[in-house]
Amino acid sequence: MAMRSLTLATTTIASAAMAALLFAGAASAQDTIKIGVTQPLTGAFAASGNYVAYGAKIAEEEINKAGGVLGKKIELVIEDNKSNPTESVATAEKLIVKDKVPVLIGAWSSTLTLAVMPKLEEYKVPMVVETSSSGKITTSGNPYIFRISPTSAMEAKAFTPLFKSLDIKKADFLATNNDFGLGASKEFSEAAKAAGVSVGVTETMDPKATDFSAQLAKIKASGGDTLFVTTAVEQITLILKQAKDQQLKARIITTGGSNSPDQLISQAGDAANGSMHLVFFTPWFPEAVKNPDLAKRFVDLWNEKKHPVGGLTEGFRGSDALNVIVAAIKAAGKAEPEAIRKALWDVKVKGINGDIAFVKQGPAGKESAQNEPSVYLVKIDGGKVVKQ
Amino acid sequence: MDQLLQHTLNALILGGTYALLGIGLTLIFGIMRVVNFTHGELYAFGAYMAYMAVMLMGMNFFLALVFAIALGVLLGALVEFVLLRNLRGADIDTTMLVMIGAWIALQNGEQLVWSGVAKSIDTPFPTTPLILGPVSVSYNRVFVFVVALLLIVASYALINRTRLGKAMRATFQDRDTAALMGVNINSIYTATFALGSGLAAAAGALLGPVFVVYPTMGDMATSKAFAIVILGGLGSIQGATIGGFILAFMEELGAGYISSGYRDAMGFLLIMLILIVKPTGLFAQKERIG
Repeated sequence: MAMRSLTLATTTIASAAMAALLFAGAASAQDTIKIGVTQPLTGAFAASGNYVAYGAKIAEEEINKAGGVLGKKIELVIEDNKSNPTESVATAEKLIVKDKVPVLIGAWSSTLTLAVMPKLEEYKVPMVVETSSSGKITTSGNPYIFRISPTSAMEAKAFTPLFKSLDIKKADFLATNNDFGLGASKEFSEAAKAAGVSVGVTETMDPKATDFSAQLAKIKASGGDTLFVTTAVEQITLILKQAKDQQLKARIITTGGSNSPDQLISQAGDAANGSMHLVFFTPWFPEAVKNPDLAKRFVDLWNEKKHPVGGLTEGFRGSDALNVIVAAIKAAGKAEPEAIRKALWDVKVKGINGDIAFVKQGPAGKESAQNEPSVYLVKIDGGKVVKQ
Repeated sequence: MDQLLQHTLNALILGGTYALLGIGLTLIFGIMRVVNFTHGELYAFGAYMAYMAVMLMGMNFFLALVFAIALGVLLGALVEFVLLRNLRGADIDTTMLVMIGAWIALQNGEQLVWSGVAKSIDTPFPTTPLILGPVSVSYNRVFVFVVALLLIVASYALINRTRLGKAMRATFQDRDTAALMGVNINSIYTATFALGSGLAAAAGALLGPVFVVYPTMGDMATSKAFAIVILGGLGSIQGATIGGFILAFMEELGAGYISSGYRDAMGFLLIMLILIVKPTGLFAQKERIG
């Protein structure tokens, strides 16, 4: 028995090695520039991760139609990190070591991105962060991070004037119990206090939880006029429905931009009416964004592919991230990690969210790059998304 | 005071569904001794079948629940027939590995068929909640609670008051003796697994419209169900029922008055305490060894 499994193991390893050699040969023969993407294509964040991947693929097609970059075609290598930090690290390592990608896009949630970061330093490969909003990502001194999405602090800052105009007197918080949720509730409650708004309770929930009755009963007892919710769209849907069941009177405002108002309208129905959402792209009124032509074109391409309309608010992230990378490769004149990293600092790209450029953030000498994106507040009213 | 009343009502409603999850698993894990990691997947399967029936086929809501439960029973029977029948007599580790494989395959199958985007199921219940003085609850959840209690009572009666139930108890107490007494143990194995699976599918079909339906929804169901069964004692329907309510009250009150971040830890904390004091769980039947 032991002998047989030993033989089996040897054979397996040998054939795996052969396969790896074959693939490596095939890859170097092709004349493309590979770009690695790690996204949650399965697991808790599957819907959002797939949308980002769709967006990146739309951009890939557009770029290649226009002749690619440096005379070569772009080739996305998309790996599934299964919404799991361990897998997130494994996919990044696979993309860097096996596919030899010079740059990555990833990894959707803050927790997934934070897990990958040490590998970027180890292999000296830059990554464009398209979604994550935890402050830690750009303040921990990792010079390979180029974030195009806003930090929670930026969102809170953009929101600050609205405390007054929305007449918010007392705010409560409900956040998913991870880097994303906890970071956002901290930044928003600090911003609220600074604006003279009193802060009630801050409740948390497991990222996989579906029943929030206990948290909502406590929030109702706290009696704030506004509840800030930070999590992904699946939990937001349930919170809206359950808040209605418990007759929570507070106005609900969601942060983080992974709130897909279209999906909320179709799934939470009536319960979604009156809620407000911070988003980073407004496909309902593309004329209102900084680069309306790009926005309209992206919405058209998305609809042509028959992707779900609710995914647009995630999908644009993938497209913007890839366009930033291609601009950097063009400026660098070669597709090598260090050259791309240097070039990324100087890119100026017109994106769907707005104009993208990086500023320094984090400890001196080891700064990460952070874009200053546009943030929009929209409201769901009568089953439609309206400008706020 | 209003907050306490609302917490109590919430816990009662939640407890009914936890109990339903628990009794399905206590049959399979407690009586058959199969460490059933597919329990949550049957829960998700029930929810998806209800979604398909109501939203895609336009079936009547209540009929769709029956339809989903029936398909859950069939899928459970299939899992037992294809996977477990060949493993009878295999050690617990082998069975556990096979069930982990089935869990992964079923979950990824759901993802493939239905995609990762959450689905919601329309219900015939009013969207305004039922208001009882200072507290309120949705009509849909009251319906779930009532049906859950009916299913629990029916399962209890089936196991303890019918010939089939007696045959089930006999088979899992001593397979060989039961076979010698003329019990068809193969069909008893299939029937028990199918019944437990049907209860999981029932929980999924009932809760799918309350929450949303998505491929990984079963993970939570599996972990809660195991907790409830261990809390209540293996193989005891009363234990699983009471265990379900205790878990719900612990979570609800723990989250309400201690810390919501530890909501899901509360139940497990209690389980540790109970197992220290009473290692067989609260209501375990006496074990016969050898």
